[in-house]
Amino acid sequence: MAGDRQATEGFQVSSRRIDKVFRTDQHSAIAIAGAAGPAIELARLFQIELEHYEKLEGDILSCEGKANKLAQMVRSNLPMAFQGLVVVPIFGGYDLKRREGRIFKYDVTGGRYEEIEYYAVGSGGKDARDTMKLRYRRDLPDTDALKIAVEALYNAAEEDVGTGGPDLIRGIYPTVKMITEEGVRDLEESQIAEACRALIASRREKA
Amino acid sequence: MALPYYVSPEQMMADKAEYAKKGIAKGRSIVAMEHADGILLVADNPSASLHKISEMYDRIAFAGAGKYNEYEILRKAGIRHADLKGYMYSREDVTAKSLANAYSQTIGSIFSTDPKPLEVEILVVEVGEGEKPNEIYRISYDGSIIDERGVAVVGGKSENLLTFFKGRSTASSMPLADALKLSVEALDSVTNQKLAPEGLEVAVLERGRQGRTFRRIASSELRTLLSS
Repeated sequence: MAGDRQATEGFQVSSRRIDKVFRTDQHSAIAIAGAAGPAIELARLFQIELEHYEKLEGDILSCEGKANKLAQMVRSNLPMAFQGLVVVPIFGGYDLKRREGRIFKYDVTGGRYEEIEYYAVGSGGKDARDTMKLRYRRDLPDTDALKIAVEALYNAAEEDVGTGGPDLIRGIYPTVKMITEEGVRDLEESQIAEACRALIASRREKA
Repeated sequence: MALPYYVSPEQMMADKAEYAKKGIAKGRSIVAMEHADGILLVADNPSASLHKISEMYDRIAFAGAGKYNEYEILRKAGIRHADLKGYMYSREDVTAKSLANAYSQTIGSIFSTDPKPLEVEILVVEVGEGEKPNEIYRISYDGSIIDERGVAVVGGKSENLLTFFKGRSTASSMPLADALKLSVEALDSVTNQKLAPEGLEVAVLERGRQGRTFRRIASSELRTLLSS
């Protein structure tokens, strides 16, 4: 899961380095799009809800259970969405029972839809999806998945004003997390920076 | 009209205490021990699914002895208290001291006002971060709270366990395997049997870890540690 780092306020950049991808437990993470305040709060509360359940019951929720819980939380934000404070997350989790990764997308009413292969949300979501549509293969190794994610975000940043590109001057790069059977892993910043630089170099060659 | 007969407060409290003690004496015991890398919790518990030891927060664990339904209610209330506090303020503001205080209040008021006292004895332990010392609180059936050092025991055989530990050195600098062996030996000696790894519930709070430090030790790992 990967996300750009820019927050927008009207026609201005309000933050260059916010995180939009959060680890929620050992085997899941969410990425958020929409109004930053409620969205970050949703991520934080969701993470606490999962941990709370795990401690009370002594068991971890199933991947499906987590996705449904998030749907309820998005639905409870509906009155706020009518006021314009829309929050739409993507939930990514490794299903320990099925032994596979799963992706869930949501709409403002709390509708929960499982996606296969890939998905992207946010103002630049469509541009990111277009890139992934062209590049995606079923048997992608980790390094190629990172390349595609970085390129998808880069293309989104080129076409959409709400998406921030990699900032080489300040050293701000996308957040990237890898969810596998072993758990959620933050990719090293150096690795992400390297992928961004390689992409920019290849673009420069073409130009 | 039947006259309500008088019972002196002393008598009432003594009766309640005796009742609670009797209830706890029937239960199995738990040992908490400080060691070089954190705090070890060992419970004599034949059930693999009904836990006596539980994670409470990042660096805090809970252990309950006595009546299962009663300490289970306390455990859940404690987790709710901790998670709510961590959500409202910050994760670092959740402390064993505040939890132990809340438990003491609840158990104490039940002991003095309700007709039936809780037949439980619980431990709330917190592993220190970096160089900070550990905290071990033992809360009794009447709400009395004791700040322990090194080793703490609760449950039916706690008197015998204390006698066992009195004769031995329980330096908090010993490695995990040694602390574990000593705890298991103590439980073996008071129950007069060799407890199998499957009959033990073991967990640790690991000082060096970040975030959630609670970890259960499964019987396979337990076997390796005990034979090391």
